[in-house]
Amino acid sequence: MSNSVLFKSSIAKKYFMALTGLFLCTFLVGHLLGNLQLIFKTGEEGRRAFNEYAYFMGHNLFIQVLSYTTYIALIIHAVDGIMLTIQNRKARPVKYAYSNPKANSGTASRNMAILGTLILVFLATHMANFWWKAKITKEIPLHSLVKTVDYPVGQNPATGEMITKPIEVTHYLNTNGTYQQFKVKDPSTGQEQKLFEIKNKHEFYDLTSHVKIGDGYKDLHTVVMTFFSKENSSALFGVIFYVISMIVLGYHLWHGFASAFQSLGLNHPLYTPIIKKIGMAFSIIVPFLFAIIPVIIYMNH
Amino acid sequence: MASKFINITLKIWRQKNSKAKGALETYTLNDVSTDSSFLEMLDQLNEQLINEKQSPIAFDHDCREGICGMCSLYINGRAHGPDSGITTCQLHMRMFKDGDTIYVEPWRSRAFPIIKDLMVDRSAFDRIQQAGGFVSVNTSGRTMDANAIPIPKADADKAFEAAACIGCGACVASCKNGSAMLFVGAKVSQYALLPQGKVEATDRVLNMVRQMDEEGFGNCTNTGACEIECPKGISIENIARMNREFLKGALTKS
Repeated sequence: MSNSVLFKSSIAKKYFMALTGLFLCTFLVGHLLGNLQLIFKTGEEGRRAFNEYAYFMGHNLFIQVLSYTTYIALIIHAVDGIMLTIQNRKARPVKYAYSNPKANSGTASRNMAILGTLILVFLATHMANFWWKAKITKEIPLHSLVKTVDYPVGQNPATGEMITKPIEVTHYLNTNGTYQQFKVKDPSTGQEQKLFEIKNKHEFYDLTSHVKIGDGYKDLHTVVMTFFSKENSSALFGVIFYVISMIVLGYHLWHGFASAFQSLGLNHPLYTPIIKKIGMAFSIIVPFLFAIIPVIIYMNH
Repeated sequence: MASKFINITLKIWRQKNSKAKGALETYTLNDVSTDSSFLEMLDQLNEQLINEKQSPIAFDHDCREGICGMCSLYINGRAHGPDSGITTCQLHMRMFKDGDTIYVEPWRSRAFPIIKDLMVDRSAFDRIQQAGGFVSVNTSGRTMDANAIPIPKADADKAFEAAACIGCGACVASCKNGSAMLFVGAKVSQYALLPQGKVEATDRVLNMVRQMDEEGFGNCTNTGACEIECPKGISIENIARMNREFLKGALTKS
């Protein structure tokens, strides 16, 4: 079957590299737009907006399909890249004693495998820090808010007025958009009273009827903020590692973006110079915007 | 311009045959005219070696006019040496300074096994050509005049630029992956652009790429080193054209 050439041949391997690479570029844009919400909205409003966005991303069917496509694209890109690198190494068993590659090619273009490996290392830590907690162990606290409310203590027998006492009440954000009271402490007796129970880490159930009354939002916003906050002793290391990783990503894109078009056979005297310029802009702007987010969080928290 | 004479040190790869283990040997050569070509300098060194009863260095050469594609040599880390747009025979010693150390190595590629010293076997290129780098023509005696078919000037020019490839292998030698895609891209393009070649374009690209892979060349990572070092200035646009032709061929061939 001749179509097997679409998988086996050296050129086909490059098509897969290019297609998955370009797809991952669109993923970067989507991920970046989500992340930017971390710095554009502040306070409780920002926290709520980000967690609602994260919930949407985790529950929308289209996004789910897209995210699985991203995992698959990433695996193909990495495996294909490793296979190509092994073949390329084999193609020159005896190395040159003296080589001057700077005379004819860019640094990024010659080091795509190394840059890609570094990005993979970053992705492993990135997923362990955020994705693993959010998706696998689900050890993300729910979006809760402690509000101070006036709690009636009793009637003043002399005046007949109600005496109230300010107390703190924990609320959880429900996916229906309301804040739901979770625990109330009776100031006169000191007893804590639960108003509902949480099952499966994020589902709210009525205490008596055991009927599900809602879902909580995972507080990814707080996870990110504490991870990069100055108060966290390892945050500075995290910020530096993140910024360096984005520089590596920038170099990878510097060659990769325009290269993908060439691999797909899209080389045209009119469009190729434009594609190259877009590639350069993309490889600077996207990693830069990614990198400033943890820096800003670190400086502000 | 008055000619100068320089003294140089050469580090040259010596290897008895394809199976032997090679190594860089150091030679000093005095009174090299800066007007001599690189190959003339090697001739001078070989005379010296013969006079010293040593075996001369084997290197490929033929026309010494920069057109046959026979000479090779990886000089100071670059295919065909430090000048651009030329083959080694057109490289002159005026590119070097008195006291320079010059590294001379053969093309390094699994698909180009060393025959002796600096000579490599480039018949892998011949086999790629034989796999599809031709146009089938009826030679019964009533062959049509090729010029009877109108061809747009731009296409003819592009085909000619691709056909300027002399098959020297500098692209493979320069490529960090030892890829032959500039060579194959040029050979595919020179036919794909012309009406006579379009007829067999699908089979040609599929067969030539298959042969290229079988020979053990590496894959293109678009570093662009090949087009910089190509003595004929063949553009990597030809690689993109091959990639397009290949996709078309792979999708439509039943």
